[in-house]
Amino acid sequence: MPEPALAAAVRRSPALRASARYLAVVLAALAVFAAVLLLAGKDPLRAYADTFRDTLADAYGFSELLVRMTPLLLAAVAVALPARLGLINVGGEGQLYMGAWLASAGALLFPRWPAWLLLPLVAMLGFAGGALWAAIPGVLRGLRLVNETIATLLLNYVAPLVVSYSIFGPWRSAESSAYPQSPAFADAARLPSFLDTRIHAGLLVSLAALLFYWLLLEKTRWGVQMRAIGGNPEAAQRLGIPVAVWIVVALAMGGGMAGLAGMGEVMGIHGRLRQGLSPGYGFTGFLIAWLAGGRAMGILLMAFLFAMITSAGDTLQITQGVPYAVVNILLAVILFIVLARRRGWAR
Amino acid sequence: MTTPLLVGILAGAILSGTSLLYAALGETIGERAGIVNLGLEGILLIGASVGFAVTAATGSAWWGLPAAAAAGAASNLLFGWLVVARRANQLASGLAMMFLGFGVSALVGARWVGAVIVGLPKWRPPLLGTLPWVKSSTLFHYDVLTWLALPVALLLWWVLFRTRWGLRVRAVGESPTATYAAGIDPSALQYQALAAGGALGGVAGAHLSLSLTLTWAEYMTAGRGFIAIALVIFSKWDPLRAVAGALLFGGAEALQLQLQARGVEISPFLLEMSPYVLTLVVLLAWGGSRRLAAPASLGRTFQGVQ
Repeated sequence: MPEPALAAAVRRSPALRASARYLAVVLAALAVFAAVLLLAGKDPLRAYADTFRDTLADAYGFSELLVRMTPLLLAAVAVALPARLGLINVGGEGQLYMGAWLASAGALLFPRWPAWLLLPLVAMLGFAGGALWAAIPGVLRGLRLVNETIATLLLNYVAPLVVSYSIFGPWRSAESSAYPQSPAFADAARLPSFLDTRIHAGLLVSLAALLFYWLLLEKTRWGVQMRAIGGNPEAAQRLGIPVAVWIVVALAMGGGMAGLAGMGEVMGIHGRLRQGLSPGYGFTGFLIAWLAGGRAMGILLMAFLFAMITSAGDTLQITQGVPYAVVNILLAVILFIVLARRRGWAR
Repeated sequence: MTTPLLVGILAGAILSGTSLLYAALGETIGERAGIVNLGLEGILLIGASVGFAVTAATGSAWWGLPAAAAAGAASNLLFGWLVVARRANQLASGLAMMFLGFGVSALVGARWVGAVIVGLPKWRPPLLGTLPWVKSSTLFHYDVLTWLALPVALLLWWVLFRTRWGLRVRAVGESPTATYAAGIDPSALQYQALAAGGALGGVAGAHLSLSLTLTWAEYMTAGRGFIAIALVIFSKWDPLRAVAGALLFGGAEALQLQLQARGVEISPFLLEMSPYVLTLVVLLAWGGSRRLAAPASLGRTFQGVQ
């Protein structure tokens, strides 16, 4: 019996095969989550239809998807880049906060600078904040003192406290006593946004970072060196690759990406430094990078999917009266299904 | 000044150290068996929410507490199924558990927002109550979980280091292959360790909702699961050192509250950082020579033996 054309095409093309696999996982997870919603006495079909209406079928909703994707892409690259050396960066959350913090420092210190000068400065400071924060575990690991997984994890919880310290203390805005935050940044420090949406120039930064990541790994000698270290650090060392330096550089570059995400949130969205800048973007970025197997295209797709899921959380809260956090179950189910597949995923 | 500063800090350290200690002990069992669960925060949340919901529904914390322990054990077994049976990546699986905990606890707790429960009864030995500055503080006025925290830590130390089962668990954490070669099934031990550890994690969460807050609030653990993971490292995977660590980390929190109450102008955030910074400093102090500290196979996936 001749194979149906679609099935044959899917079988022949690796890209189509991967897409079909992603689709199957998402559908299965949606089915499980629907069961959970049913048990909670909600209407899953309406919830899904509402989510679709609010995101893909609505111009503003779609723009919000892109807004959410912006930090997720950067947070994923922050994990994927050092991962090529076999380094596990679970500190994206802290690096994001430090990027936001240092970028805010720049914006508050030089409020009179013109935009053409201030914006690049703020972006560089955002990168530097995350990079320096990630360089701490990098140096510790490079010197073989502390495992980078533990160090990046621990520093996650210090960074938001640095932000809190600043906005409760020296940077506290005089105008709002109830809600601690920094004064509003000068307009020159704000990332320009597109039309009437909240999409800001940070999205271009994210896409550029993803492109940079792809070019670095696939098209340069450095990418080859990084993969050599990831494959066998001892052999790489003997070949004359400075492994310890690469460890610091790769973690710092990753941290810088997460720092840019933080910079984008404060300069593109909030316009001030605040607490709770990130609802776990750093951790979500880890999962995106991991699900994507470090591939640039996969990161793009997964970031879109995760942005969609968080939007679904908003819809659930508004139309079904379910707490926003419940959508984390859907996220967890997707991960469980992927994790439970034997023989690795996407590698 | 009604209570001396030190008494206030000690009382607070014991109160907030209790849940930290149970959580850290639970994580210690799993990590001794070679499995790191970064999703401890999620286990705590599930314990806190299930414990609260059952207590609110039945009217008795004596139903809520075992329910929280069972929910914690079940969650950790689900995690175990992923990392042991399916050989999934432990870090990613842990983060998945964290997200599951966020979601499940929000769903379980949603119905009980605003409810107030009668928590675990508190009791102070009559003799201790007569001490002068004890009466006016919460010192020695504890629920059963706080009173049992030290005995449980001692018991766990004894089980891990003085019993055959404990030896086997530690052996799995060092080398599953060698354990397998000795005719012991590593996965069975890992499941047992995770079930016990999950139950302790559930109890840790329950202590928050059934004894400290007596109401449900979303994300009420506020990072305690991660402090507990830091505590496990800080205490070098040793239940007895974890007691001291829990008092120290709990003390940092208590000191912060005491200073605030006394109007001392110091940023609470510097104190809040201390558990993480201290743990990092301890790791640094060991340097590269982490001699016999971490279980050798921690975080690695046992791929089986051909």
